Amino acid sequence: MNPADSQPPPPSAVPPPSRREFLRRTLEAGVALAATGSLGAWLWNRHPPGDFNRAASAALLPDFSVRDGGRSMSIITGQNRPAMLRRGLEAMGGIERFVRRGDRVMLKVNAAFATPAILGATSNPELVAELAHLCLAAGAAAVLVTDNPINDPESCFNLCGLAPAVRAAGAELIVPRASDFVSGTLPGGQLIRNWPVLTGPFHGVTKLIGIAPVKHHNRAGASMTMKNWYGLLGGRRNQFHQDINGIIVELAMMVRPTFVVLDGTTSMMTNGPTGGSLADLKATNTLVVSTDPVAADALGATLLDRTWRDLPYLGRAAECALGTADFESLRPERAAV
Amino acid sequence: MKITTARRLAQVFFFALFVWLGLAAAVGTSWGQWRGWPIAWFLQLDPLVAVGTVLTTHSLHPGLVWGLGMIAVTILFGRVFCGFICPFGALHQFVGWLVRRAGRFKDRIAANAYRPAQVVKYYLLIALLAAAAGNLLLHLVHASRAAPVLALAATAAVVLALLGLTLCRIGAGSRRRLVVGAALLAVWAGLAAAIAPGLPIIATLQTGLLDPIPLLHRSFNLALLPVATQGFEPWLPAGRVYAGAGLIGAVFLSALLLNLAVPRFFCRFVCPTGALLGVLGRGTLWTIGQTGAKCTECALCDVDCEGACTPMGPIRVSECLMCMNCLDNCPTVMPLAYRPRPSPGGEVTGHGITRRGFVAAAAAGLAVAPLARVGALTGTAWSPGLIRPPGAVAEEEFLTRCLKCDACIRVCPTNVLQPAGLAHGWEALWTPVLDNRIGTSGCQLHCIACGHACPTGAIRPLTLAERHGTGDFEPNGPVRIGLAFVDRGRCLPWAMQRPCIVCEENCPVTPKAIYVSEVYETVRDGTRTITAATGATLRIDGPALAPGHVATGDYICRLGGETAGRRIIANTADSLTVDAAHAWQEPPAEGAVLDVQVRLQRPVVDPARCIGCGVCEHECPVNGLRAIRITADNETRSASHSVLLKTNA
Repeated sequence: MNPADSQPPPPSAVPPPSRREFLRRTLEAGVALAATGSLGAWLWNRHPPGDFNRAASAALLPDFSVRDGGRSMSIITGQNRPAMLRRGLEAMGGIERFVRRGDRVMLKVNAAFATPAILGATSNPELVAELAHLCLAAGAAAVLVTDNPINDPESCFNLCGLAPAVRAAGAELIVPRASDFVSGTLPGGQLIRNWPVLTGPFHGVTKLIGIAPVKHHNRAGASMTMKNWYGLLGGRRNQFHQDINGIIVELAMMVRPTFVVLDGTTSMMTNGPTGGSLADLKATNTLVVSTDPVAADALGATLLDRTWRDLPYLGRAAECALGTADFESLRPERAAV
Repeated sequence: MKITTARRLAQVFFFALFVWLGLAAAVGTSWGQWRGWPIAWFLQLDPLVAVGTVLTTHSLHPGLVWGLGMIAVTILFGRVFCGFICPFGALHQFVGWLVRRAGRFKDRIAANAYRPAQVVKYYLLIALLAAAAGNLLLHLVHASRAAPVLALAATAAVVLALLGLTLCRIGAGSRRRLVVGAALLAVWAGLAAAIAPGLPIIATLQTGLLDPIPLLHRSFNLALLPVATQGFEPWLPAGRVYAGAGLIGAVFLSALLLNLAVPRFFCRFVCPTGALLGVLGRGTLWTIGQTGAKCTECALCDVDCEGACTPMGPIRVSECLMCMNCLDNCPTVMPLAYRPRPSPGGEVTGHGITRRGFVAAAAAGLAVAPLARVGALTGTAWSPGLIRPPGAVAEEEFLTRCLKCDACIRVCPTNVLQPAGLAHGWEALWTPVLDNRIGTSGCQLHCIACGHACPTGAIRPLTLAERHGTGDFEPNGPVRIGLAFVDRGRCLPWAMQRPCIVCEENCPVTPKAIYVSEVYETVRDGTRTITAATGATLRIDGPALAPGHVATGDYICRLGGETAGRRIIANTADSLTVDAAHAWQEPPAEGAVLDVQVRLQRPVVDPARCIGCGVCEHECPVNGLRAIRITADNETRSASHSVLLKTNA
């Protein structure tokens, strides 16, 4: 560029703006100012950000129980889990009493740990598959299986054998995603308040069955069907260990299942709830089907050489009319397979 | 089919293969997950991986023989890898094409002209390989001590050969060669005499910082894929977290955006693998060159030249990326061809490396490892936070094997493996380290994926039996990657009278490495005087209690003189109720003193059992700085990090 070109032209060479030019520029500036002003007015927010306890509360789970006055507990002894399950359900009036044509059935398993099924830290795949079969045979439109495990979810479902067993049985495995957890508050609850709960997969579900093994648990005393609902909690749920009995009772308030299956064919007597060795297991040859989780767990306690009085949450749940710890009062049918 | 079409098809194929193997590198049982898929194939094919690890370890890791094959292909056919296979090269070529596709010929010829700075990549290669070669040189020096007769014989043979060549006047400058040769031998002998034997490893494998295949693996797996999975969650696995992925992504994006300045900037100026192939392929049998047929010097061959290797003039063979665009563009009959004879138009087989540049780069590279080791990060100042995955070899050797490709981090099913930042020294940048706060669940006991993904043996491929210390491995015990320590100042039952023991619950080994010590402690304002007693309920004085606060099942009340307490099952502001089944025979007297106590199970770690898996740390409800934390103390891979007294008992 010629250096002379960069010199400003002499003032006289700049023509004064025409009237038209002046009006155009004024209009442009006016529009720009108006746009800025209205955008500012539109976005104006006099409230400072942040209410730490913004109450977001969705409905939690509906009541899945079937109240027809039928028998509410059966105790089957044996070693063949599928046969024990069939016998146990038969004693209760058959699966048809609980699962009707067109039902969408959720099976809440315990898949907490990425360990092989034989170590007994998770729900038995054969048992879960048999239950799924029975539900489908009873006309269920779909059988879903879920849990929010402690270890890596994919690893848990695959390693404990539930994923292949469930798929082979024609049921659908739901590995929870972040979006499946919805913040909710349990009416009357002290602990489950604005807490993420695994309710997403329950959309359209009409029946809920819990299937849990009998396991030693140092903090809670034992982990059975009621503790199994812990797997419906999301977030940093480990905080609830500070009031383990309180949270188990609230979970029992939150979850009213169609029935529960407590698998004490083998029980984890020590080193629970993770186990890790066959030496931790004992053949206790018992399977319970019950519409009353408190009663089922009270019986489960005896398999661990304890009574319901050793597990404070059972007494408190009974006090809250969530079931009875005196399971004999239910006159359970007993049979051997 | 035109040769450029074949090249484009190959590039698309290998790029798609790279993406597919990246997606498939996830532990699982579906066909689209890592089962038989050769997820490390590109890394194994990369010749720089083979050369670098051979220099550092003096052995060829299985699988890296693919790299030797690629070297053979390069010697015969030129840099086929760069033009046809390298997915990073394909990406650069695509971006360069996107930017310049409509540009004027004049500008494109200028953009694709040879630049002297293309020599920089050779200096980078020299420095990186010199850093890797420190130990090999030391080995050679010490070899003269180990076998003095052999060393003397070899020296004599070399001297005689040089002398013979000089006396017979074979080759130019033969006297000079004699002098230089003798001087080098003298330096060797001097070093052998001076350097103490038994020095630590002074080699470090840093090629992976710039090697395009590890760089692309790292960028794709740790930066691009996680971003994609956040946006496309239904189609791709849920989002993963990688510490410091921003820097990894920034390096990748910078490399791509530099194509705006100069086409294939990375390939021409930076790529150490390309430099290696350029050196190997300088005398390639098949080469692009003129045939001698009449050339009109239209310069169309220079317009799209990817390597800036000046096909119209004397071609720079080592720079040729085998893009074949020149053959495609050449409008006349056969003045350019790819054939097994040198170009009559002349060839430039040099790389522009000067002697000074070579010495400077080599010296800088050789200095890298010894300088880094002054900080003693592999010695006394080792970083206790550097928790390596199970199967990782001892740190000094680890740094001679790890490519920073981060394949282990990609396949880790729990996402606990993370790329190290600069906290553990820059030598360890982007190498795998466990961060137990991140991911779904610490390091899972029944998983051995990382070692099987590692292409170079930096992480040994363990069997489950070896990891668990069962079967043949029983005498060794399990593989420990660290040790858990309870921070008693942060732990809820130790410091704050809150029941918890989530760590104990989740400890996966059996018997558990965390056990509990049970105590009953009087709570704050817990010593009360009884004002009235009826049955199982006591009225007490003192500050009001929150209703139900001590009725959770974890609290007892104990009268003075009683050895055992009674569980409180209900409380109001000023009363306590104990379990009726365990109530007093006679209600306690008014005025008697009781203690409200909480039952605490306090976690204690058994160092003989703990394997450092970090599940406890991951699950600890003290969310920020965890109250139980793993450090690399007691890790199996380093005897000097052991904590426990070894006894024969």
